[in-house]
Amino acid sequence: MKLIIKAGRVIDPANGLDAVRDILVEDGVIVQVTESISAEDAESVDATGKLVVPGLIDIHTHLRDPGFEYKEDIISGTRAAAAGGVTSLACMPNTAPVNDTLAVTRYIIDKAKTEGSANVFPVGCISHGMQGEVLAEMGELKAGGCVAFSDDGKPVVSSELMRRAFEYADTFDAPLISHAEDKSLVGEGCMNEGPIATELGLKGIPWVAEDAATARDIMLAEFTGGRLHVAHVSTKGSVELVRQAKARGVRVTCEATPHHFMLTEEAVRGYDTNAKMNPPLRNSIDLAAVRAGLADGTIDAIATDHAPHHYDEKNVEFNLALNGIVGLETLLPLALQLVRDGVLDLSQAVALMTCRPAAIIGVNRGTLSVGAIADIAVIDPDLEWTVEPNMFYSKGRNTPFAGLSVRGAALKTILAGRVVFSR
Amino acid sequence: MSFNPKHILGIKDLSADEITFILETADSFKEINTRQIKKVPTLRGKTIVNLFFEASTRTRTSFEIAGKRLSADTVNISASSSSVVKGETLEDTAQNIEAMHPDIIVMRHSASGACDYLAQRLACSVVNAGDGTHEHPSQALLDAFTIRQHKGSCAGLTVTIAGDITHSRVVRSNIYCLTKLGAKVRIVGPRTMVPPGIQQLGCEVFYNLEEAIKDADVIMMLRIQRERQGKTLIPSLREYSRFFGLNEQRLKLAKPDAIVMHPGPMNRGVEIASAVADGAQNVILDQVENGVAVRMALLYLVAGGDKLQEN
Repeated sequence: MKLIIKAGRVIDPANGLDAVRDILVEDGVIVQVTESISAEDAESVDATGKLVVPGLIDIHTHLRDPGFEYKEDIISGTRAAAAGGVTSLACMPNTAPVNDTLAVTRYIIDKAKTEGSANVFPVGCISHGMQGEVLAEMGELKAGGCVAFSDDGKPVVSSELMRRAFEYADTFDAPLISHAEDKSLVGEGCMNEGPIATELGLKGIPWVAEDAATARDIMLAEFTGGRLHVAHVSTKGSVELVRQAKARGVRVTCEATPHHFMLTEEAVRGYDTNAKMNPPLRNSIDLAAVRAGLADGTIDAIATDHAPHHYDEKNVEFNLALNGIVGLETLLPLALQLVRDGVLDLSQAVALMTCRPAAIIGVNRGTLSVGAIADIAVIDPDLEWTVEPNMFYSKGRNTPFAGLSVRGAALKTILAGRVVFSR
Repeated sequence: MSFNPKHILGIKDLSADEITFILETADSFKEINTRQIKKVPTLRGKTIVNLFFEASTRTRTSFEIAGKRLSADTVNISASSSSVVKGETLEDTAQNIEAMHPDIIVMRHSASGACDYLAQRLACSVVNAGDGTHEHPSQALLDAFTIRQHKGSCAGLTVTIAGDITHSRVVRSNIYCLTKLGAKVRIVGPRTMVPPGIQQLGCEVFYNLEEAIKDADVIMMLRIQRERQGKTLIPSLREYSRFFGLNEQRLKLAKPDAIVMHPGPMNRGVEIASAVADGAQNVILDQVENGVAVRMALLYLVAGGDKLQEN
């Protein structure tokens, strides 16, 4: 089976390519990237005037499957991914049961392969049951397909256990993903601590809760020589901590979410529960620091922290609402906004969603090299549309971007040579 | 001026003129409370539901009496007897009540923003009787009313509010209310009880009670919740009282004619010494008395005000 993508502006940061090219795909693999290819027996996609990039990679999602299928499942979640131009995603282990055993890892991978519309790379638990007491069987989980380990949302409290986790995970060449948060400093906090929380009478989450935990995990990574990926950095301080650690040669990477580079705590006014997430939306200084971290390379990936919830779980008093928002279907236009705002050039933006996250989780995706698996997104960067949650493929409707007019969308999403989404 | 708000959710969005109008309306109602027959037919045929998700004696009784003196039918629902214990959501509870066509729901709730939440979802009027640590508008209005009664006006006064600022909805509403009426507001408490950025609401922050009450015209003491001692905010009530309790000696630092207020319920011997609570400068029971008149005004204006008579 052959597929040819004609005359698109091909941006492949891993190969330093930004030029108009044709791409020929055969049996799910890229076989030729040159100026003019003719293959009469191939299905043809005209990408004239469009961008052709490696399929996007989102290394921080919650697919809620198994256990919370009423929020999302692997089928709906990967369809949402495909609609957003995302061909690969890593899913967090806080399912029910949690992903701390090979059976759960296999279930996720098998279901994604047979019924999904994107590659799914599971993240396994650091600790058994995500209880923070005993290490999970990371060796077996890694062999079974887990790409990283995290107790996302329930950060490991014990520094001793985290130290051993770094050492043990490094034995199997896997990174730890840290949801860096000192829960004792968070308490019952439900938005960023500061003047707006004070005004609204909502309990605050101080920046030091993130910075202190980030600092600890960086130091443990430095001490052990293990590999750390810091999830969703949201504060000026944590960006700076990562920047300094990289300069010292610590094996650390980090990601930022679109909501942390697009919104501030102002969005909470009116008690909008769709502006409630963890880490919380911060202030304009933090937002500027995250953008600066993206621009100077401190931040390695844009990841959504796609966190679908049921309507009922958000339609409650602010302090009772669950944390998180969906992100897969709004990732692309929000990332492209950084290009329009002059923060990133197009190649940087694409790299943050393709080859750089691929390197963090160690998967052979995110490039358009000859011989690579043909995961490709054809993008219209200027297509204007309005975010309408009811139109989402995700089961989750929880987004603070509802009603926002955005620019940029995937026209075709191609997974191993097969068109899985078409607009 | 005519002012008939659909809801009373907080002081923040009220103008000085609107606040003054409410206080003047309350003036005209105050006299009813001392009549032989304490009832006027103004809200006859109106139904008011007092929906209280938090324990309250003073505020709930005050709203109930206010409604009854205006001839409204008032119904009290408290959390202990409600369906909350059965796991019903706030929206469902409220919609069930609304299906019985009340005109006004007066709500007290432990969640900040709960009254905004209700107002966004219901057709009837919502009056905030205290939501979490957000606002307590009727308390701030009765405080302003009481200050006017004793000082003639709030303009130019220095008002010191002392205690657990972080957990106080009374403080937030009072800062808005008093500054809009031209007073200067000082807040004071241990740093653990002063939330970040409170200055941006329009007050001056102190951490020393003596400094904060120096030359004040009004001192408002907040209740220290006993359950907070020995946690992370204060080591003990004993230590709190020693540094932040109002006693006769400290009161002398204020202006000689300063008045002492407390929204209640008081912890005698903790934030306020009995000699002060019962002393000549206290206006604490005036606050309670005025609360009825102020709440009558709020219910009257929300129900339609002078438009009621036209019907």
